[in-house]
Amino acid sequence: MTVDRRKLVAELLEKRGGLLVITGIGSATYDVAACGDDARNFYIWSGLGCTPSVGLGLALARPDRRVAVITGDGDVLMALGSLATIGIKQPKNLSIVCLDNGHYSATGMQPSATSAGIDLAAAAAACRFRVESVDDLSHAAELRMLLHSGEGPLFIHARVDADDQKRIIPSRDGPAIKQRFMQALWRRG
Amino acid sequence: MAEWQVEQHTHSASQAGWPDRIHAVLKRHSIKQVGYVPDTGHARLIDLCIKDKSITDIVLSSEAEGPGLVLGAALGGERAALLMQSSGVGNCVNTFSILRNCAVPCVLLVTMRGEHADFNSWQVPMGTITESVLNLCGFQIYRIDGEAEVEPTVEAACRMAFTGGNFQVAILLSQRMVDRNKKGH
Repeated sequence: MTVDRRKLVAELLEKRGGLLVITGIGSATYDVAACGDDARNFYIWSGLGCTPSVGLGLALARPDRRVAVITGDGDVLMALGSLATIGIKQPKNLSIVCLDNGHYSATGMQPSATSAGIDLAAAAAACRFRVESVDDLSHAAELRMLLHSGEGPLFIHARVDADDQKRIIPSRDGPAIKQRFMQALWRRG
Repeated sequence: MAEWQVEQHTHSASQAGWPDRIHAVLKRHSIKQVGYVPDTGHARLIDLCIKDKSITDIVLSSEAEGPGLVLGAALGGERAALLMQSSGVGNCVNTFSILRNCAVPCVLLVTMRGEHADFNSWQVPMGTITESVLNLCGFQIYRIDGEAEVEPTVEAACRMAFTGGNFQVAILLSQRMVDRNKKGH
């Protein structure tokens, strides 16, 4: 079974409070943007594979805040080593939401390693993440609670539909989204 | 086949205290996160960062993770530095782009390989292009050939990065500063 990625992300970001979100390049960015642009979002537009590391740097700098990396299987596959890096530091406030559709949807739906049975949830567990798997919307509220108060590092492995949804394009102005994000953090303390 | 004695190089006499001076400059500039892939030349500086309660040390699986760490730290209001050997620069070419794209200041300390009496000739191809690669990636580059230059140069590099220009700055530490001959990688 698989779940609609837009519906799942919308459920996870409902009543998000102070949750800080880093999005992986491509479809995950469009999914988060589809929930509405927000100063607490930081969109990554280059460097496939860097998103978990950005989440780690932020989570270490702000242990008082919850950080969610929302990204795809392609980004996590390129960042397998960084799962180990995060596993060492065990940041309690960091979650990775991996929207795994088994394909590179932004580039023409070529199959990824997960379509061949490579198991990212098992990889995350081996790297000392707490792993939750989801393939429908029935536990979305519990997962949302985990993003806000569960002890991390948490890896939510979501099996999502392999479909190419409408692309919702947020700002690509790096300095502007950085400044906006930092100001949102300063205002809330 | 040759056999080499493995010497204790963590506090190599050839380093003669310059890592301590780099550590002091990083602290003076309020650097809170230090990401690294271990290298003989950085061994003492890494040790100092691990023991320093005001610095979070992060051992990276690949240098390619470093720019992401620096961006994330900056978003959270912290300054970060990266330590790697010159081979690691090649692993970062694409991820360096996020620092330029977001105007994030970064101090990168690179111990050089393949340039002076390296026992391993396979280090030469990457070592000899490291400075050019960093140039192409948009870094401001400082080179240190002797111990006396360490403190003023690292200080200048930190000022370049953190006083408003948001530059990415690389400091290349000459292989003459680290005796790798039969001592390690």
